[in-house]
This record gives sequence, structure tokens and C-alpha cells, in this order.
Amino acid sequence: MFFVMTPSRRLLSLRRSLVHCRGVSVENTGRKAAVDRVLSAFRSICGEDGVSLGEAIREQHGKDESVHRCRPPDVVVFPHCVEEVSALAKICHDNNLPIIPFGTGTGLEGGVGAVKGGVCFSLRNMEQILDLHPEDFDVTVEPGVTRKALNSHLRDTGLWFPVDPGADASLCGMAATSASGTNAVRYGTMRENVMNLEVVLSDGTVIHTAGKGRRPRKTSAGYNLTNLFVGSEGTLGIITKTTLRLYGIPEAMVSAVCSFPSVQAAVDSTVQILQAGIPIARIEFLDDVMIDACNKFSSLSYPVAPTLFLEFHGSERSLEEQVTMAEEITQSNEGSDFQWARDTETRNRLWKARHDAWYAAQALRPGSKAYSTDVCVPLSRLPQIIVETKKDLLESRLTGPIAGHVGDGNFHCLMVVDPDDLDEQHRVHLFAERLARRALALDGTCTGEHGVGLGKRALLCEEVGPLAIQVMQGLKDSLDPKNLMNPGKILLNGGF
Amino acid sequence: MSGRVLVGVKRVIDYAVKIRVKPDNSGVVTDGVKHSMNPFCEIAVEEAVKLKEKKLIKEVVAVSCGPQQSQETIRTALAMGADRGIHVEVSGKDYETLGPLQVSKILAALAKKEDAQLIILGKQAIDDDCNQTGQMTAALLDWPQGTFASEVSMDGAQVKVVREIDGGLETIKINTPAVLTADLRLNTPRYATLPNIMKAKKKKIANVKPADLGVDLTSRLEVLRVDEPPQRQAGMKVETVEDLVEKLRDTGMV
Repeated sequence: MFFVMTPSRRLLSLRRSLVHCRGVSVENTGRKAAVDRVLSAFRSICGEDGVSLGEAIREQHGKDESVHRCRPPDVVVFPHCVEEVSALAKICHDNNLPIIPFGTGTGLEGGVGAVKGGVCFSLRNMEQILDLHPEDFDVTVEPGVTRKALNSHLRDTGLWFPVDPGADASLCGMAATSASGTNAVRYGTMRENVMNLEVVLSDGTVIHTAGKGRRPRKTSAGYNLTNLFVGSEGTLGIITKTTLRLYGIPEAMVSAVCSFPSVQAAVDSTVQILQAGIPIARIEFLDDVMIDACNKFSSLSYPVAPTLFLEFHGSERSLEEQVTMAEEITQSNEGSDFQWARDTETRNRLWKARHDAWYAAQALRPGSKAYSTDVCVPLSRLPQIIVETKKDLLESRLTGPIAGHVGDGNFHCLMVVDPDDLDEQHRVHLFAERLARRALALDGTCTGEHGVGLGKRALLCEEVGPLAIQVMQGLKDSLDPKNLMNPGKILLNGGF
Repeated sequence: MSGRVLVGVKRVIDYAVKIRVKPDNSGVVTDGVKHSMNPFCEIAVEEAVKLKEKKLIKEVVAVSCGPQQSQETIRTALAMGADRGIHVEVSGKDYETLGPLQVSKILAALAKKEDAQLIILGKQAIDDDCNQTGQMTAALLDWPQGTFASEVSMDGAQVKVVREIDGGLETIKINTPAVLTADLRLNTPRYATLPNIMKAKKKKIANVKPADLGVDLTSRLEVLRVDEPPQRQAGMKVETVEDLVEKLRDTGMV
């Protein structure tokens, strides 16, 4: 990107790309032949309508909700059970066809793009909720079960699964990307809440990471395979069942909003609220640009200033305590306009700004595309990184309202970009890299919740270091020697 | 006034389940299928509990007619805040043919027995979509009715009901005792939480037989056949507007 294209370099790179193209097209032809060979075998496993070559279907399964372009697979299969998944995987393995698992396509890092073509395993037909044990607070679900479907199923038991990434995502997909959400500060992320997984490996072997049917609340038995696969983004195996930890539905909830004169004041309040031991359920930060966008979009009139949105869960009595203490803390940090609400309708109105943030950001520039950054740093570093980032946004002439899960030190710049302005897109790309490196320099991570996918592989190397990458590569080579499982994601391997 | 409210709660197949017709077309598959409280009944329970929380009424009694499993539905109502339950046992063939007329006879008898001030029901059940029980119950008791309620307020011995009707909203004032049926926008039902589920286990559910209430369960209706809606056929593409018009004429649509 930064070196000069001299004529000789141009010729060299042209030749290289011609060879690459020819190589790729040989690869393509070889792969297409392989796909044709296996189609009848696929159909005999999944049935006629369980295999699709249609262009629209393939395109649907080649993209998610990120800005990465669509990379359609060569064929999409729709297995109904783990036995079918295993049989299909075995065929792919024997024919060297890439395997891309697909849940709801709601990812944000291009994880489902079939960069080397291959077979997309769309798991939406496996939609059973199995083995609910309310007394033990656990349930096992298949990949077609989404978060909202599970919570609707659980509603009469008094239990819920609180991890809430926003989208109505597949729970197994959430396990694959180690998803998190607005209430991670109290209930944790997928890492803390997946107890067991059923996984189909690249050669069709089916394993249970904690043992079949096992669901003790804690264990010291052997290597933690469950958390190896959580966050593996389909590069180590296909998750076909996940056993989840459930929690009691809160007896009551209170939502509150408060404005601050500065980012520092807002974050200081967050830190103090956590240090006071208040079991806050959600604590969300919106910067002044974001609040302004929300005011315009939802016709609200919040003061245009750094704002915290808080949510408390608990019994009536404990809520009173929590809210009183939190209000005192915000006031001591020059917080103003502290409003709170107990009933569902008013709570929803208070939080409307936060709920509409994504759309409000896009509405700032109609016709634009939105891209979300996702860094996460230790709490104490949050004011510094947000202030530096806002300065960078101004200097780079970019629109990037900020919304964040400050309780976890995680925030998102919702970059709003003109899809036809290549220069602006380039500036966004550079800005995102600077932001990620800023976070790394402050002991943080380049991705708090969205995953590595396609776009952050180089940053991952910087983050964990070459030695840890070697270990990761070793694990990948051991579990997937042919590099068929979702190639091109997480690790910079396969010369990609 | 007794300050007692009867709330009818019906156990139905859960709204999220994909319904399948039995191979013999005699009905839908219910074995092993998730059941839960009819969503409009949830709204009815919520309204009754809200009235009690506002101290406008004194006791909420949840009633369900059906087999043993109906007790689970009553327990959910108890976990939402109802004080006690009445399970009217109806099983087997009687349960298969149980419909709004028999249920309204049961509710009318119970209302008299319990000296109820209000009966609150869901406007309809999501399995049969009859939308008849509330109206029939009011007629049998000769009580006023406030159906499709989207807002309810007590005004002494009267109830003000805002009803959702085709043209918009209609506000009526009716005397108690009365029958109300809940529409979607009346409220947002609360979830049953763990502590409340525990407390509900201690609340009483009385068992009653329809015969004890002098109700005859014979149905005047016989279901002949149940079919799935016709499968959607694939569409077809045509090349020109003329082709389109011709096809529309051929299939008699134009």
C-alpha cells in the first residue's frame, strides 16, 4: 500500500498475479470438479432439497452483517442432524473441499465468507432445544436455535440466557465467535457460559468436549477443550450442540440515564460503581456525537454530552439500594439529569436512544454503510483511549459516533462511510488499525466481542505474539491438517 | 363487593411451535409438543394482578379447564401473582370436544359459586381463535361485557373499558359484576421469576369436576376433518407483458 509501483515492480506483480490467477483457476476447476463429484453423495445424505446450488442461496450464505464482500460457497447443504453433518464432513474431507459452518449470518467480521469456495453447512434445520434442566440451570441446544427462541421457550421456567449480542444470533454461532453483549459485566460472555459442546471435526469425527451429556457446574477434568472451540470461528470444527448455563430472570429491573461533562467523568463513575460492588447489569456509554445522532433519529432531547445508560437487576429492595448508591456516585462526578424508570414502557423509552444507536449512526449520512470497531482495554485506560480516538476521528475527517460497554472497557466506533468514496474507506481502514494498535499498546485487545474473522488476522499476530500464534497454528494443524475448516479466518495460514 | 376476580387461563400449544396435522387428519399433533399459557390469557392474568397491586380488588383466582397438565398453566398464573387456582378436570374425549360453550357454562357456574366481581379472559385462544368464551359467559350470567380491552380502569362499582374496534377505539362504562376480555395492547405480562415460582408451589389449587357445577359437557359440534393449508406452489416466470396478461386470463384471475 505504501511502496511505489515502479514499472519493473508492476510487471513482476502482474506476472505474479497472472500465475496466481492461473493457479487459482486451476484450483477452481479442480474444486468445481470435486463439487460435482460429491453432489449426489450430498443429496443421498440430506435429501434433494437439502443441497442447493442456486446463486441466490449461495450468495445469502457467503456474507454476514460485516462490510466484507460476499464470498459465496460452491454449494450449500442443509443437514438435519449431527449424523448428517458428520457424513457430509467426511465426504468433504475425502475430496479436499473447504467446510464453512453457517448459523444465522449475523456475524460482524466476515467469518462466513467462503474465500476458497467449498461447502457451506447451513445448520438452520437443526433447531431442537434438548435436555432442559431447570433445577440445574442448564440446557442443550442445536445450532438452529437462536437466543430469542431459547428465551421464549424458557419464559415459564423463570430462567433465561442473558448473553445478548444484539442480533438474534444462533447460540452455537455465538459460541463459535465467543460472543458477548451489553450485560456481560454481570453475566459474563459465552466463554463463561458454555459448559459443553458437541463438535464435528474436519474428518467427520464427532466429539463432546466435556464428555457426552455431562453438565457439572464446574470441572477440573483434563484440557479445557470446550473453551478451545469457543471462539474458534469454525476453524477447528462444526459446533452441533452447545450446553449453556442459565440464570434466573431478574425479579425487577430499573433503567437509568445520566449525562456527564466529560468522558473522564463518565468512565470514572463506571469504575466507582463497579468498585462499590454494585452488581450493575448493564452500563453503556454513548459519546456526544452518538447522543446527537440519537436525538435526531428518535426525536429525543438528551443533553448532547457523554452519557451513561445503566440497568439494574434484582429484588425490589436491592434495586433501591443499587440505584441510590449509583446516583450518589454519578453526582459526585458532576453527573446531571439522572433519570430512572421501573416499569417496562418507561424503561424502554429511556433506553430507546441506546437501542437505536446503530440506525441513528447510519442516519447521520443517508446512503452510507456502517462499520463497527471493537477494541477492549482495561477500565483504567478507557478515558485515555476514547479521548485519543475522538481526536483521531477529527483529524481524519471521519464520522464515528461511539457506543460502548464501558463496564468491560469495550467500545465501538460506529464508522459511517460513503460506499462510493474509496479514499474515505481507506482512511477508515487506517483509522481502525491505529485504534486497534492503540488498544494493544494499552494492554487491551483488538477485538472484545466480534472475533478475528477475515479482517483482524494480522492484528491477532501483533496482539498475542508470534510464539502464541505458533501454538495456535499447531493446534489448527493437529485438528485440521488439510486446512479445510473455514480457511482464511483467524490465522494467516494457507498462504492466504 | 367481594373484590374477587376470576381469570380464565387456557393451556394451548406454544406459539413458537410449528404445528403439524395428524396423518389421519383428525386434528393436530399434541403429544410431546410444547404447551404453554395462551398469550391473551397471560395478558388477562397480568391485568388482574395489576388491579390487585393497585388495591382495587382483593383476590385473583386462576381457573383452567382441562386434563392434569392444566395445573402447570395454573401454576404459571400463580407465579405471576394469582392467589389461588381452580382446576376443572376435563379429560379424554370430553377434553377433545371441549369448546367455548361448555367453558362459559363452567365459568358462569364458578362465578356464582365464588361470588366474583369480575371475570377477565383473553380475547381468544391461539389454537381455535374462537373469540366466544368471554361473550358467552357474559350472556349466560346476564352480565355486561367489555371485550377487546386495551385499557381498563375501575371507577367505584363501574369499570371503564377502552375497546379496540375496527374503526379505532371505543370507550364504554359498564357496571360490575362484568366480563372483560383482554386484547394485545392491554399490558405487557410479567415473567414468572424463580422466587415467585417457589412461592407459587405453596398456593392452593382446588379440584372441581364439571358435574359438581351442574355442567353438561356434551358438544354440539363434531370436527370432521383437519387439513393443512395448501402448499405454496412455485411461481413461474414469463417473458413479456403479453404473456403475463394471457396467463392471468387463463387462470381466471382477470
